[in-house]
Amino acid sequence: MLIKIRSSADLPYSEVTPEHIYRSRRDFMKTAAAGAVGVLAGSVIGGNAGVLEAAQAGQLTARPPAKGSPFFGDPERDPLNTFEQITSYNNYYEFGTGKGDPARNAGRLTTKPWTVKVDGLVAKPGNYGVEDLVDFKQLEERVYRHRCVERWSMVIPYIGVPLSAVLAKVQPQPRAKFVSFETLVRPSEMNGLGSAGLQWPYVEGLRMDEAMHPLTLMAVGLYGKVLPNQNGAPLRVHIPWKYGFKSGKSIVRISLTESMPATTWAVQNSNEYGFYANVNPTVDHPRWSQAREKRLPGLFYDRPTQMFNGYGDQVASLYAGMDLRKFY
Amino acid sequence: MRAAWRAIGAAIAAIVNWRFFKPAVFILCALPLVLVGYEFAQVVTGRNPDALGADPSKALLEELGEKGITILLATLTVTPIRRIFNVNRIQRVRRMLGVWSFSYIAIHLSAYLVFDQACYSAATCDYHAIWQDVLKRPYIFMGSIGFVILLALAITSTQGWTRRLKKNWARLHSLVYVAALAGVIHFIWIQKSGVARPLPWIIWLAVVMGIRFYYATRKRLAAPRSTVTA
Repeated sequence: MLIKIRSSADLPYSEVTPEHIYRSRRDFMKTAAAGAVGVLAGSVIGGNAGVLEAAQAGQLTARPPAKGSPFFGDPERDPLNTFEQITSYNNYYEFGTGKGDPARNAGRLTTKPWTVKVDGLVAKPGNYGVEDLVDFKQLEERVYRHRCVERWSMVIPYIGVPLSAVLAKVQPQPRAKFVSFETLVRPSEMNGLGSAGLQWPYVEGLRMDEAMHPLTLMAVGLYGKVLPNQNGAPLRVHIPWKYGFKSGKSIVRISLTESMPATTWAVQNSNEYGFYANVNPTVDHPRWSQAREKRLPGLFYDRPTQMFNGYGDQVASLYAGMDLRKFY
Repeated sequence: MRAAWRAIGAAIAAIVNWRFFKPAVFILCALPLVLVGYEFAQVVTGRNPDALGADPSKALLEELGEKGITILLATLTVTPIRRIFNVNRIQRVRRMLGVWSFSYIAIHLSAYLVFDQACYSAATCDYHAIWQDVLKRPYIFMGSIGFVILLALAITSTQGWTRRLKKNWARLHSLVYVAALAGVIHFIWIQKSGVARPLPWIIWLAVVMGIRFYYATRKRLAAPRSTVTA
């Protein structure tokens, strides 16, 4: 069989993604926001009830990212992946280890009602609803690169609020050094729990300064819509300078602690997965080199991996003086 | 129970003795390759970019590897079926299955070289990096062992080589079990966690090796060495 191979740079992105439509729609909304919507704002977007109603219907209204900010992304170098790609190719082992399994199996997950238990070193512990933790009037859109430890990457327009804004609501105590996220375990709705080879619940965590960093997002949506279940509905974190497994999905518990939490992948295989898991081209995964990555739906590992996934200007200072070979 | 057993045997015999059994097996082996090749061609030409999902080159690589190990284990299942159900004519598809499994694994390896190692031209191919990968990554090392064995077996699968190697041919070709074991271990080692995905192949290999072991020990206990080869 003879196959003519094109480099991924030649792939007709414009044909496979509604990127340009999405962008132009957003530009339109920005222009509109300056004018006409100003009138509407009071009546439609103003009341929290209206915003939540829209969210119930699956639509989210978010402030677009400022051009030139790290939240905006680079449309030339990093065009958006399509909604279809983002929602059909997922790692969510609770629904099976195949990349297509979550999209097939997560539909049966019920995300309403949803309660998040907040405990540990906080002034306001308790059980919170999603709307109690996330201010739906303050939603922001963030175009983030998502780099998986398996060497593939995508570009995703998430919607959410900074994690710091969520934490501000529960008021961490000064002694709190780490925050951990525990994700849902519900055997009646999750078919992959028995066969994934991981311990449940899935736990991931961050150092406090990482959690408070403006890049760290508590996401509730993507592409203008409420998060699909396979992408971690109703509430997930996204930490764009770390490998994807750090970004826990369908969070049911947030704990603030003084000591470093035992995180799932580091427990499962500490040689391969560390607590920090910063994207780093110079530290190999024992089974593969991390020097290059494959930007889906490209065919080749033809992109040099960027230190901190390209967010070094923003986050490198968090790790000043640390040996990142040791703290991988 | 015995009647049911006999019915299964009769059904297998009927299938095996079917006039078009061998062509049917051939088509069955070719089908996944044609399908995935067609889908991949659709991706590359841009006619249907989503034909193989968001990560087409990985989907291609996995499909080739999975079908390769499947046909390899099917090859190892021929002799047990022949012995258990006394259907000697099934033997006539064994070599064909073996060569098909080699073909899938060879294309699987090529896909790895082209897509994972960028060996689509001499200029982009870093032979040193590939060699380093083979030595540094146990699952690639294991897969390479399996491939080298299958290559030797595929080359010596012709009647000429069977004649030339005489008794050693059977000895050499019993390495197919090592190749299958290497393939299954390769499959296990590439998993990020757990063995749920390769589990059916692990069980399958254990069963055919168990049967092989059973006949080998029985033969040794029952009679002086016969010239029957597996």
